[in-house]
Amino acid sequence: MTTAPDVRAPLPPAPAAAVPARRRRSSDNLVLGLGGVATFAALLEVIPRTGLVDDRYLPPLSSMLSALADRVQTPEFWEALRQTLTTWGFGLGIALVVGVVLGVVIGSVEILRAATATTIEFLRPIPSVALIPLAVLLYGTSMQSTLLLVVYASFWQVLVQVLYGVRDVDPVARETARSYRFSRLSQIRTVTWPTTLPYAMTGLRLAAAVALILTITGELIIGTPGLGNLIAVAQTSGAVDSMYALVLVTGALGVLVNILARRLERRVLRWHPSVRRESAS
Amino acid sequence: MTVPTSHRSLGRAAGDDDGTTRSTMLDVQGLQKTYYGSGQAVEAIRDLTFTVDAGELVCVVGPSGAGKTTLLRCVAGLLPPTAGEVVLEDTVISEPPAGMAVVFQEYGRSLFPWMTVAQNVERPLKEKRLPKARRRELVGEALEAVGLADVPTSYPWQLSGGMQQRVAIARAIAYEPHILLMDEPFAAVDAQTRADLEDLVRALWQRLGVTVLFVTHDIDESVYLGQRVLVLSGRPTEILANVDVDLPADRDQLTTRSAPEFTRLRGEIYELVQRAKRGERPSPADPSH
Amino acid sequence: MSVRHALRTVVLALTLPVVLVAAWWFATADSTSFYFPPLAEIVETFQPTWLEDPVASSRIVTEALPSLGRLTVGYLLALVAGVALGVAIGSSAKLRAFTEPVLEFFRAVPPPVLIPILMLFAGIGTQMKILVIMWGCIWPILLNTVEGVRGLDEVLRDTARCYRMRRTSMLFHMIIRGASPQIVTGARQALSIAIILMVISEMFAANNGLGFTIVQFQRSFAIPEMWSGIILLGLLGVALSLIFRAVEWPVLAWYRGYRQAQRGGN
Repeated sequence: MTTAPDVRAPLPPAPAAAVPARRRRSSDNLVLGLGGVATFAALLEVIPRTGLVDDRYLPPLSSMLSALADRVQTPEFWEALRQTLTTWGFGLGIALVVGVVLGVVIGSVEILRAATATTIEFLRPIPSVALIPLAVLLYGTSMQSTLLLVVYASFWQVLVQVLYGVRDVDPVARETARSYRFSRLSQIRTVTWPTTLPYAMTGLRLAAAVALILTITGELIIGTPGLGNLIAVAQTSGAVDSMYALVLVTGALGVLVNILARRLERRVLRWHPSVRRESAS
Repeated sequence: MTVPTSHRSLGRAAGDDDGTTRSTMLDVQGLQKTYYGSGQAVEAIRDLTFTVDAGELVCVVGPSGAGKTTLLRCVAGLLPPTAGEVVLEDTVISEPPAGMAVVFQEYGRSLFPWMTVAQNVERPLKEKRLPKARRRELVGEALEAVGLADVPTSYPWQLSGGMQQRVAIARAIAYEPHILLMDEPFAAVDAQTRADLEDLVRALWQRLGVTVLFVTHDIDESVYLGQRVLVLSGRPTEILANVDVDLPADRDQLTTRSAPEFTRLRGEIYELVQRAKRGERPSPADPSH
Repeated sequence: MSVRHALRTVVLALTLPVVLVAAWWFATADSTSFYFPPLAEIVETFQPTWLEDPVASSRIVTEALPSLGRLTVGYLLALVAGVALGVAIGSSAKLRAFTEPVLEFFRAVPPPVLIPILMLFAGIGTQMKILVIMWGCIWPILLNTVEGVRGLDEVLRDTARCYRMRRTSMLFHMIIRGASPQIVTGARQALSIAIILMVISEMFAANNGLGFTIVQFQRSFAIPEMWSGIILLGLLGVALSLIFRAVEWPVLAWYRGYRQAQRGGN
């Protein structure tokens, strides 16, 4: 039983050599990647200094970093970071719970699934930012305004992935569970959930990134407390160095969220039998 | 680069063992391939020297891991050899040459899944800038020849494995190559389909007069198909033996495979492959043995 | 059977939206809440707010069209640039390793924070908004294209080389086609980012556009008008995703079949 499409080209052939080769390659890649970062940092320093770009618009990296060093010594910065993370965490948590519960329920009941399919496809593309005016009216510049956007935007990510997952449940396993007269709840626990979990984790990873974007957006546009609001303040007060420094922080935060979410996903799924190729879905 | 000395037309009959002098199609001289990686070198091919005459059908067998695929990729111009050279029609190969077509084992991965069957066959002809009418003619003939005239608008993944490999063969013959390389093309199809495809290859070879280098790990297949079988040693690869297959040109699955000569040849090659597996090497090339 | 089946699908698909709209309608019918006016009132304001006579000077032309124009230009620029750069980076393992961390960083920066930055360079005009949309959209397209190009099958590459595919046909018939599932995934992610950035850039600093108009309604407490704007934005999002699907469907027809065949163990 050779399944040809899965056979990779057997080059280079020696299995003993394959492992160190891979390790070596990944360390090569690390060096190259660090080189890329260093090059980028150097450009960011040199370009404004040579006057290629006006340094009032793009200060050299060293100025950004010294502004950052000043910032991190203020309690204001840490308070803003805490608020951003709180909004993000709450929003993501609510979206995750609601998304998973609704997803499993809708996905497990045939008639609900058929009835909601189009509606979900219809509601999902409604841009979350359309809710900004409403949020402002309802909650002003308090954290709830941004929370509303975050929950709305990340909810869809979770829900849609969970629905994919429930749909992916092996019909034979489902029939088996049904024929042994498993209760509905234990059907979900033993059959539906194990299949859905990887999808839910993918949903969580996507939602984590989206939630961060919407958190910063809400803070920036609505003015709810957090890093985004600090950026808006820096912008209106003309503190360009500081503004760039904060943008770097949001980027770093984004990278961190991505790495953690990916690591969590891998950790939870380590035991999981399904090795899913995550692609266009 | 020299111009090929003899221009060969595809309509010529081949497979006749009448002993007339033929031109050399493929000349592999002292081919050596070593992979370098992770600070250590892996010698895949030590020394391969052989020739294939125009119009010949030569099979290459060897134990698994004998560098068959490496050999084929070097001959195809996909992989630069470490030493030695591959000469096709008097031209040293440094990249995939014009007069060559390759059929890979992994049919599912060598057909473009976003093209229909006919588009897959036609694509290389477009690359050759053939006029449209000629392309259509060649595509039609090739699909007809492999028995797939009725599915030109299907996509490859709608077909069975055997049919997909037929598409790959159709694409190769429509290209009108002087030499056709086949890398274990039937290793992944079921036995019945495999027998059909073997007969198809024999028939196409006899009809088109194309030179074929057929790599396989299946000893029966090599005897059934080839005029000559090259047996490779284990890694690092050398040629262990060159066995002439003295079977009639007209072969069929039942009578040929039950002929005493077939059984004898199979036994001989089986013995050689077993020796290769035990690590035996051709005596003059390896002084340690 | 198939007619009945289709009918059933349509009925099922329409039931929930109808129920939801009806629920909204009746729940707010007697609403005296300032923020949640009756749906009937919102619907009534829709036409005079967006489609007043003459159409040429109605808001849909003066506000929505410029927004859509900026979105289209920014998005398409990002698509072209993202695919071009993605193919270049994806084709070289070294270049990929070199650029990957920096690109991951760029992708992780929440796109709206670029509005204050790009405002420095390009003011608050059309140019700035197009730049913001383009900048936000390019990363998912670029990174997905890199993945797609990297994932191209080696045997397929070898096949293309053996048949001596020329550079341009290699690019269009092999690399871009082969990476198209990932490119489409990136383009879909980018589309929702594009809409967000279109609205946000107008809310943050502008003198026309949909986002600007809706915020104006909110600030002047023209609540039914504001709601009509939210609905319009929603409809716009839906319309764009339908257009996207109409383009995606034929482009990826082969891929759906291919995946299904692989799963079915054909």
